[in-house]
Amino acid sequence: MRHDIVIIGGGPAGLAAAVSARKQGVEDILILERSESLGGILNQCIHNGFGLHTFKEELTGPEYAQRFIDQVLELGIPYKTNSMVLDVQPHKVTYINRAEGMVTVEAGAIVLAMGCRERPRGALNIPGYRPAGIYSAGTAQRLMNIEGYKVGNKVVILGSGDIGLIMARRMTLEGAKVEVVAELMPYSGGLKRNIVQCLNDYGIPLKLSHTVVDIEGKERVTGITIAEVGPDHKPVRGTEEHYECDTLLLSVGLLPENELSRAAGVSISPVTNGPVVDDTLETSQEGIFACGNVLHVHDLVDYVSEEATLAGKNAALYVQNGAKPKHEIPLVAQDGVRYTVPQTIDIATMADMVTVRFRVTGVFQGRSVCVYYDDQCVTRLKKKVMAPGEMQQVLLTKKSFVGHEGVKTITVKTEEN
Amino acid sequence: MSTKELTCIGCPLGCQITVEFDDEKKQVVSVTGNSCKTGDIYARREVTNPTRIVTSSIPVTGGDAVRVSCKTQRDIPKSMIFEIMQEIHKASAKAPLKIGDVLIHDVCGTGVDVVATRNVHAAR
Repeated sequence: MRHDIVIIGGGPAGLAAAVSARKQGVEDILILERSESLGGILNQCIHNGFGLHTFKEELTGPEYAQRFIDQVLELGIPYKTNSMVLDVQPHKVTYINRAEGMVTVEAGAIVLAMGCRERPRGALNIPGYRPAGIYSAGTAQRLMNIEGYKVGNKVVILGSGDIGLIMARRMTLEGAKVEVVAELMPYSGGLKRNIVQCLNDYGIPLKLSHTVVDIEGKERVTGITIAEVGPDHKPVRGTEEHYECDTLLLSVGLLPENELSRAAGVSISPVTNGPVVDDTLETSQEGIFACGNVLHVHDLVDYVSEEATLAGKNAALYVQNGAKPKHEIPLVAQDGVRYTVPQTIDIATMADMVTVRFRVTGVFQGRSVCVYYDDQCVTRLKKKVMAPGEMQQVLLTKKSFVGHEGVKTITVKTEEN
Repeated sequence: MSTKELTCIGCPLGCQITVEFDDEKKQVVSVTGNSCKTGDIYARREVTNPTRIVTSSIPVTGGDAVRVSCKTQRDIPKSMIFEIMQEIHKASAKAPLKIGDVLIHDVCGTGVDVVATRNVHAAR
């Protein structure tokens, strides 16, 4: 079997990429989804606040997903659920499911849209026993929202990522008492609106620069001790506070799920943990594109959809027109900019406008985002506030490169206003 | 006269808004710090009549899922969140269900329905 485009993952990124590729004129598309239904993680994100940018209205996760699922169904794009991709090679995808067994298909182009997973307890080095009652926030979210379990009665949450904040509210509404949210960093990794609506609304304290130093309980969690941390992130003796509780939720970061990408020979950025891509979102392997949380972790699904639309379109153009000669210019992240996506731009073949997404390294007030073509500043955007939890973007136009055709390096950095 | 500091939730910008409020006349005197109209509207409402959309999930029988996610169709007063949650906890539904199907009519006399936010097909 051969398909023009094989899309790995039927979450928001995969769905938007499929719709976009079809609209670009590619008929033969296949979406492969590991779980039993399309929609990905949005199915368990039952809170509202999705789609403000895309649909100009506030949707819940399942509603947002359904908008894209409906488009996939209307366009008649084939998909397989309960189908797990085992291996990706350039122009080749191997998957397994109950009906077909193990199948290898040829692919004109491949779109990686596998999303991310949660950083587990094992990655944190928290001392203490391993009793029941310790969940990653997303696992608790699934157990509660999809399967209907109560999960816990008295809860401590470590990490103030968005899922942790959302779960603080969710568990409160379901009758649990959320004692505290402890965050290692001196700032929250979550969106402001979530701090306001999930913590402040319910009087749940957020303790910045705090971490868990002990977990008590042998069969089930019976208590958690948190302590303040110094600038070196090490607990400060004498600041310990004990909370009686039966549940610990961990919301300590997300990791793009790139085992398949690595096996395919795709270069992975050590900063984003996602593929290195050019301005068409093509990875280091020709014909393999990436988008969504597998590329870099997003905080807003709207931007996932936007990015995936671009990846789907470019995968289609690749299938239709073949590979283009490349003259890639590196984008360098500096002085408060942690990374950029894409990491390279081809100014000869670029679209009229390229969106460069990035995150900053700390909470900045009154700093500007600056773009340099070699040593000349071409864009300067004043920002009231920037935080690592909120993805930033800057637009580079093709026009702006007129007179800079020989540019060697594009630098994105922050500077004092 | 009192001042209230709010974080706008209208968009990811999260503007820090200061509202001056006349406690005797129960009137907003000034709104500053917002970048757009949404912030002004949010701040005025937040100090006079704060509202929220409540989301949850309820059990379903006869479907391809055991729970259906739901929301209040519109904003409800913030002070009624827990009262509404009590009604949601009592509710259940039968498959099939479509997005927008009413699960609880006029919850707690708010005039707002609780509706399904996902499709649940009948069990095969």
